[in-house]
Amino acid sequence: MTAVTEVKQLTVARTGNEAMAEAMRQINPDVVAAYPITPATEIAQIFSSFVADGLVNTDMVTVESEHSALSATLGAAAAGARAMTATSSQGLMLMAEIMPIVAALRLPIVMPEVNRAISGPINIHCDHSDTMFCRDAGWIQIFSENAQEAYDNVLQAIKIAENPQVHLPALVTTDGFIISHGMETIKILPDDDAREYIGAYKANYSLLNHEKPITVGSIDLQNYYFEHRIPVIEAMQAAKSIIKQVGKDFGEKYGRAYDLIEKYRTDDAEAAIICLGSTAGTAKDVVDALRTKGQKVGLIKIRVFRPFPVEDLTAALSTLKAVAVFDRSDSLNGYGGPVFTEVCSALFNSAQKPKIINYIYGLGGRDIDVHQIEAVYNRLNSIKDSKDVGDIVSYLGVRK
Amino acid sequence: MTDTIEIRWHGRGGQGAKTAALLVADAAIATGKLAQAFPEYGPERMGAPVKAFNRISEREIRIHCAVEHPSIVLVLDETLMDSVNVLEGVPDNGTIIINTEQSADAYRQKLNFKGHIYTVNASGLAVKNIGMNKPNTPMLGALVKATSILDYKKMLDDTKHKLEKKFKNKPEVIEGNVKAIQDAYEEVKK
Repeated sequence: MTAVTEVKQLTVARTGNEAMAEAMRQINPDVVAAYPITPATEIAQIFSSFVADGLVNTDMVTVESEHSALSATLGAAAAGARAMTATSSQGLMLMAEIMPIVAALRLPIVMPEVNRAISGPINIHCDHSDTMFCRDAGWIQIFSENAQEAYDNVLQAIKIAENPQVHLPALVTTDGFIISHGMETIKILPDDDAREYIGAYKANYSLLNHEKPITVGSIDLQNYYFEHRIPVIEAMQAAKSIIKQVGKDFGEKYGRAYDLIEKYRTDDAEAAIICLGSTAGTAKDVVDALRTKGQKVGLIKIRVFRPFPVEDLTAALSTLKAVAVFDRSDSLNGYGGPVFTEVCSALFNSAQKPKIINYIYGLGGRDIDVHQIEAVYNRLNSIKDSKDVGDIVSYLGVRK
Repeated sequence: MTDTIEIRWHGRGGQGAKTAALLVADAAIATGKLAQAFPEYGPERMGAPVKAFNRISEREIRIHCAVEHPSIVLVLDETLMDSVNVLEGVPDNGTIIINTEQSADAYRQKLNFKGHIYTVNASGLAVKNIGMNKPNTPMLGALVKATSILDYKKMLDDTKHKLEKKFKNKPEVIEGNVKAIQDAYEEVKK
């Protein structure tokens, strides 16, 4: 049961970008350094109007590239500031050099990121190639299904990233245009409640503290580098329980609980789709429609891709007969998508596991509709009790 | 999705199809309904055909794919109809509202469509009241009159409020838009 919430929330119309900018306004970071890129531009643009209107106390730094944006954000965070930026696609790729450094320095930077295809060819629309490209950068990755989740996830990401057991940076993603530019009905916390929830940030170390001087970005060779990577690895492992706790607390306070994964009608399901982001909403409608026809189908949404929710996924998949993993990017590894390969590797040592197939879909913003999703459920129903699954990796909605 | 009203807007880049969809969603949400508005961006070019969509419902809207079978279609630029099938997927009892100087009867002859056809000179009303050809806001008035999907007064209040935020320093733009919506509400014809 969801706890009854005492906090009176405001019901408003917001696009995903507006929702994320709204969360940033309430967070009131000390520093935001940003460079524009479609479809994430509006986040920093709207936020800069909050700065100009005096609604936040943020030092807004306009820089000449995304590499500089994340570098400036890193510098501010190392100085002890709560620092944020936002980007998408090629912008994220340009930040890629700095991203693992932020993680290794344990700087809890939160970055809204709008999922967009990567070049080439040039394409401004949604897929998950950009975020997946940076999946091993040591950043927590939280995917949002809709504008509401985009708002809630940005607030929670601050609590997660700044938790002393975690102290890692976090990406919060929305699907480009579908969510970033789509207006939906969302509930937002009153400013006072949001600010109380977020709380003040006090960095453990600061480059500017003369009393306690520190070195940031030192060289570290064969004798200690390995040991110094272990705490980063352990922090990512520890993040799982913190993310769960933060999601549960958020639900108790505000009526919307979150977890690493979301299981939708999977309790007695035999077939399920696994997906991330906005497609989950469409798939839930398909599940409901098929359920009324008596089909035992469900959905598993991976909300948090980093850290990868191995335990939760293997438990959720143990009772299923057939599963299709939806990937909105291809790894170009000659095999399948990144979500698929990780789900498979998670399942390898499980005693109970379903038949599993992979669909690459929606590249470059190609629409994914209810008919396509329904066809996948039909296929899962047909293979769940058969020996042969057919093609392991398929491409959904591509012309031949 | 039978209890969800789905709308498709056809326009050209720069005419405000997306803004109109956002205003409809905003007004719907202000009146206690749940709504979505989203554009279908092609290349980002002035003058290129663009589409925008709305879903309005009493229940949570989770679906995130394009609208396939809109019961209401609005056409901001009639010249689009030479190259774009604006009636694609529209059911026989659907509604189309066209920005044109022509009558609904003239379009009844031209279109092979059994549903409801409305016309309004939204461009003319925009030029008259706002001083430029921005037919999107007058189309809101026509939409509400033709379909009653929103409460007229509440839509007008909410849109005015939204425009006041956007055009803080241009009160004449707000007034002109409101007048254009009111005129279109009165002048749209079957």
